[in-house]
Amino acid sequence: MREYQNIFTQVQVSAPDYPGVPIGDEEYNRVGGMFHNHLLGKLGDAQIGPIYLGALGVFSLIAGVLAFLIIGLNMMASVNWDPVQFVRQLFWLSLDPPAPEYGLSIPPLNDGGWWLLAGAMLTLSVMLWWARTFRISRNLGMSNYLAWAFGAAIFLYLVLGFIRPILMGSWNEAVPFGIFPHLDWTAAFSLRYGNLFYNPFHMLSIAFLYGSAVLFAMHGATILATSRYGADREIDQITDRGTAAERGALFWRWCMGFNASMESIHRWAWWFAVLTVITGAIGILLTGTVVENWYLWGMKHGIVPAYPPIEATPVIDPMMEGAQ
Amino acid sequence: MKFLNMKTFAGAALIGAAMLSGCDLPPQESVQRGYRGTGMEAIYSPEVLEDLVAANQVPQAIPAVSSEGPKAADIYQNVEVLGHLSVGEFTRLMAAITQWVSPEQGCNYCHVPGEGFEQDTLYTKKVARVMIAMTQNANQNWDAHVGGAGVTCYTCHRGNNVPENVWTVGVPPRHAEGHKHLMQNVAHQESSVFTSLSIDPFTPYLLEDGVARDQGSTALPQGHEASIRSTEQVYSLMMHYSDALGVNCTHCHNSRAFGSWEESSSERVKAWHGQQMVKEMNNAYINPTNAWLPSYRQGPLGDAQKVNCATCHQGAYQPLLGANMLADYPNLGSLAPSSSDAAEAMESDEAAESAEMESASVESGELSGEAH
Repeated sequence: MREYQNIFTQVQVSAPDYPGVPIGDEEYNRVGGMFHNHLLGKLGDAQIGPIYLGALGVFSLIAGVLAFLIIGLNMMASVNWDPVQFVRQLFWLSLDPPAPEYGLSIPPLNDGGWWLLAGAMLTLSVMLWWARTFRISRNLGMSNYLAWAFGAAIFLYLVLGFIRPILMGSWNEAVPFGIFPHLDWTAAFSLRYGNLFYNPFHMLSIAFLYGSAVLFAMHGATILATSRYGADREIDQITDRGTAAERGALFWRWCMGFNASMESIHRWAWWFAVLTVITGAIGILLTGTVVENWYLWGMKHGIVPAYPPIEATPVIDPMMEGAQ
Repeated sequence: MKFLNMKTFAGAALIGAAMLSGCDLPPQESVQRGYRGTGMEAIYSPEVLEDLVAANQVPQAIPAVSSEGPKAADIYQNVEVLGHLSVGEFTRLMAAITQWVSPEQGCNYCHVPGEGFEQDTLYTKKVARVMIAMTQNANQNWDAHVGGAGVTCYTCHRGNNVPENVWTVGVPPRHAEGHKHLMQNVAHQESSVFTSLSIDPFTPYLLEDGVARDQGSTALPQGHEASIRSTEQVYSLMMHYSDALGVNCTHCHNSRAFGSWEESSSERVKAWHGQQMVKEMNNAYINPTNAWLPSYRQGPLGDAQKVNCATCHQGAYQPLLGANMLADYPNLGSLAPSSSDAAEAMESDEAAESAEMESASVESGELSGEAH
């Protein structure tokens, strides 16, 4: 018998196309054909489609495509519409927020206006997509864990590009659109505000991020390791003895004394993932608004270890030297 | 199946090798320069170091001559910056400069054959005079940066008419009409050390009076204003420092607190004085030569080719790896007694021009205090 003992899913169920459970009045929102694809079946379910699009999906896609085009065409303009240069320099190219002189005013389109517009379109798109996750969950009779988790990520996105720039009084504080440029922003942001590693919320966010990875690995490995006992049907099994579920639980109990339950492991994962972005967002929100230099703040609060000076004669700021 | 896995493995190994091809080959040597655990380390690749040493050999000095006897100014006409040398010293230095700057063209690079040596016909001769004064000024007044080794023409020129590493005020690359180019996010630019940061970090900090201090110096906000954009410009400048000297950030900074002077090494103070020195060189010496320069010696905006860290350092943490070449040519060590007035006059002209700008900046107030 074939088993789930490969990095790819080896077992594929061959079944007639199935549109999913009936959803009554909103049936018209479910659009598109259905087909089976063997290769995609190695990664997940082999049936592709239909998709629940709905008005929210349509407008979200329109706004998203507009944002994508504004960003892409601005990048194209920066290389004189040269497709070769566009591809060659793509990772360097950027659509930047307005210059600091503009504060929170509306700048000309070619001096940050396009950035504002792209940001507005992307935000609209993301919000509509969020509403869509909420609605599809409702239609399937699910609760809204997915929507709230996505909402947490959107909160971080809004803090970076909207809420914090408004609190700082300058759009220039926001993140540019671009591959390397947004990484430059990240580095410059930490340098400007005195080393983000001393920001306790940044610390928490890192702890939750790494914790998410560990939990994900533990849970994924546990389920795969017990799949020979049918762990993929985990919910059927949680009340029985000798099942994959019990073996997985026992593994962790024997390994470290404590084990999550089949249900609670998913709460662990959900909270770790959600808290990664929420604590991160709080850390960003406090930076520059209430804390100017995290390193000096950390020194004030005793979280910075003191090291002996590097040189026998302590180094003095040459600009202070001149003032004396 | 097994064969497939072998192929996958070979493919992964190939991709891994390709990704690592941009790195220096191990082993690297690391030298601890600060307290353990702070990452204050200098890292050298022996292979790269070998090339660096080979590229930084000092040419053999011409045998020294007596400083006694008649002065150059008494024998020759129109000698402004080297008039205080003896005729022997003067001739020796001319021969050395020919070796350093125009080994192929010889004397004729600055002097027209058949014409008197005193004639200022060629722009190169007029520029050479200013460059000699600039070198003398650096050795006399910028001990805080060049002390211990000093500079000669060779420090920068290395046998080239124009030093290999010079810069001019940047212009944006070709872009669509109406698009406002921010002079950043351009691929494969040496001036931004191949990052997507500013492609001209020199103009604000090595020519104008930009103060490269963006990090807040108080725990809580107290009105210090510095945008992310200007922080990125400083970042680009720092990339240049690092690239020009072949060192990483920790040569000067403790990376946990880049702004803190208490946690920095004394090299950072040297670098700060270097910035002031380069700014003076560009404004007081190099820019005024622009009046005589042919267009092929100018940048796209018609400005003279200027100095930055790489002009002298050329990838070495100390130019020529710290060799004291000035000891062989002490005549370049100080300004000519008569011409120091001239140099000062030139500087004060420059100062008058930008007086308004300078008075606004603490840093340049510091600059004039430092230079005299």
